[in-house]
Amino acid sequence: MTATADRPRATGTPPTAPPTKRAPSDTTGKTERQIRRIAFSQTLSRWDFKYSPYLYISPFFILFAIVGLFPLLYTAWVSVHEWNLIGGQGDFVGGDNFAFVLQQPQFWIALRNTFSIFLISAVPQVATALLIAAVLDRNLRGKTFWRMGVLLPYIVAPVAVALIFSNMFGDQYGLINNLLGQLGIDPIGWHSEVLPSHLAIATMVNFRWTGYTALILLAAMQAIPRDYYEASMLDGAGVVRQFFSITIPQLRPTLIFVIVTSTIGGLQIFDEPRLYDSAGQGGASGQWMTITIYLYNLGWGQLNFGRAAAVAWLLFLIIVLVGLLNLAITRRIASGDNPQKVLDRASRRAARSAARTARTARTRRDQEVDA
Amino acid sequence: MTFSRRTTATGALAGAAALALVITGCASGGGEQTGADGDITLTVATFNDFGYTDELLAQYEAENPGVTIVHNRAATSNDARDNFFTKLGAGSGLADIEAVEVDWFAEMMQYSDLLADLSDPEIADRWVDWKTEAATDADGRLVAYGTDIGPEAVCYRADLFAEAGLPTDRAEVAALLEGDWDRYFEVGDQFVEATGGAWFDSAGATYQGMINQVEFAYEEEEGTVIATENPEVKAIYEQVLEASETQSAHLAQWSDDFFAGMANGDFATMLCPGWMLGVIEGNAPEVTDWDIADVFPGGGGNWGGSYLTVPAQGANVEEATKLAAWLTAPEQQLQAFDSAGTFPSQTAAYSEDALLTATNEYFNDAPVGEILVNRSEAIGVAPFKSVKYFPINDALQKSLTRVDVDGTHTIESSWEQFVAEVEALG
Repeated sequence: MTATADRPRATGTPPTAPPTKRAPSDTTGKTERQIRRIAFSQTLSRWDFKYSPYLYISPFFILFAIVGLFPLLYTAWVSVHEWNLIGGQGDFVGGDNFAFVLQQPQFWIALRNTFSIFLISAVPQVATALLIAAVLDRNLRGKTFWRMGVLLPYIVAPVAVALIFSNMFGDQYGLINNLLGQLGIDPIGWHSEVLPSHLAIATMVNFRWTGYTALILLAAMQAIPRDYYEASMLDGAGVVRQFFSITIPQLRPTLIFVIVTSTIGGLQIFDEPRLYDSAGQGGASGQWMTITIYLYNLGWGQLNFGRAAAVAWLLFLIIVLVGLLNLAITRRIASGDNPQKVLDRASRRAARSAARTARTARTRRDQEVDA
Repeated sequence: MTFSRRTTATGALAGAAALALVITGCASGGGEQTGADGDITLTVATFNDFGYTDELLAQYEAENPGVTIVHNRAATSNDARDNFFTKLGAGSGLADIEAVEVDWFAEMMQYSDLLADLSDPEIADRWVDWKTEAATDADGRLVAYGTDIGPEAVCYRADLFAEAGLPTDRAEVAALLEGDWDRYFEVGDQFVEATGGAWFDSAGATYQGMINQVEFAYEEEEGTVIATENPEVKAIYEQVLEASETQSAHLAQWSDDFFAGMANGDFATMLCPGWMLGVIEGNAPEVTDWDIADVFPGGGGNWGGSYLTVPAQGANVEEATKLAAWLTAPEQQLQAFDSAGTFPSQTAAYSEDALLTATNEYFNDAPVGEILVNRSEAIGVAPFKSVKYFPINDALQKSLTRVDVDGTHTIESSWEQFVAEVEALG
């Protein structure tokens, strides 16, 4: 826009001058008034250009401030007080609640469990989803059928999933231990041992979320220009090579999104471990007690909201930290196959839009550079 | 947390219907509408199935013109608890009559000043003593009317008893088990020796029956926690775990395995409050050999039961108190027993034919009414349950599970963890 070019003149005009100079109406006055009018509408359009996008996006942030930021800050306030559900706010205790929680062995057990369950669910989940998406991206008969099929487990309510799976993972009469018994394998203590209980819970999580993740990745895969694949085929690249050298690097932003969201979800896991046995407390020795279950027990079990709020904030900080760490690692991994230096964002965007318009010949040249 | 777990069993069944009721009930608001002509709406909030049928409530409406009753049913007692405490703290939003389960009754009693005083000399003798005593606060105000109780008997598998060469007739079984817990475990040893099977379902369930006979188990009256030093608790803990080594079926109560074991004949006996009869029948419908004996080791015992309270924040406290008194009167309680099997806590009901002649076809036509009346009269001790009773009991149940079910700890190491957990409650 030309707004910046007009700037000196517009600002140079004294705002009160024009009305008083109406009477003489000489040529200079006329031109001055015209300039002023142009200048003001241009100021408006400049404001429009600069500020209205913020106005358009503001409903989200206003809503977020009310339903997201306020609870977050209020939780922080609660966490530095003694706080009972009915008695409400008690004395200010500073960091005591945090200190108490950090000294509890239960908290560290919960942290261990949360990370363990998160890792053995998220890593295989994203990997499997990536493979499923890659297969769905090929030419299949009945595409929609397969695509909806992978989403089917996601429709099942988590409570139902947990009920069915915890039945299957029963220690004495569970389906899985029965099958293992027929193969001559000793029954596994799905509810008494730590790692088996994590595996069982991770299975529930993966059952529900893999299809969902696969569909997101599939949507991103479909946006990759087909030219890349055609070009690489001409160069003799196989399916595997295409997957690693084109699909994964192109999926990078989506992968980051998927990994970050599954990190958040994984660290907040609650339904599955809570419904894994009838007591819902994460096992007699806390075998599968996650941080959110610990939080719930402090808040609703012991009605001690100050400590529960402290756990909520610790969890928040942990998620932020892991999220950042994740982001750093994903950026590496997703571009790791590319021997080239990572292009900065602007030039990547330019390259992508160029690729979209350009013809095969051009793309081929890009691929040669890539290779 | 013991009693509330039956709520998951029965609650699941009532879930769908209850949800619909809750939704429609909520829409009509907190029961503070007073019509122009003096008509009032009373809201009653219960959970699971209290046996308050539409017909029963309609009967009250007919007898009291101008009163409309709205009944909201929560699916589980835990849902009711969350709702109760949130709104009690907020000072508004509770129903005119709120049902409270013994599980969280002690927690509620801390805030008894937020509830209406329901004392009424006319009905003061209505309930069994210990039920009324528990609902009377330090200032002598009666803040809750008792609904049902859970007198405990012993349920047993007649076929497994026969296999072990033990008597199968319920009167003979009662005579055989008459005595204290030592006797119960002694017979258990005989049974295990003869059959190699398990005598009882789990250490946790058996412990629950034993600890409910101790008046001051975890706390002293002024609130001092004695759970970890009380030799009585430690002795019961050790006794049950030593017996469970050979006699337990190692099934965590309310787990899927536990229900399967009930049908598969994994254990010969289980402690049986009145409401447990329905649980057994529901989970082992094919088994014809379950029976119930009029006996309980170490005297009587109570497991579970609920109350009705009238929150002082309501707009129609007086009318609500009237309705609560009516609902907990012996006649209405007998109707509730008939429809939902909730065993009355009203002494007058115990001489009623409707209760005394009640039999149960599933338990080989056992005279359950008579047996449970006897069992309720045998209850001698009402355990003192204060604020920390349930978290402590919960921690102890977990320590039993670690040894009995998980097998991950020894009796001693699990006790140490229990001590640490009780300290962390501070």
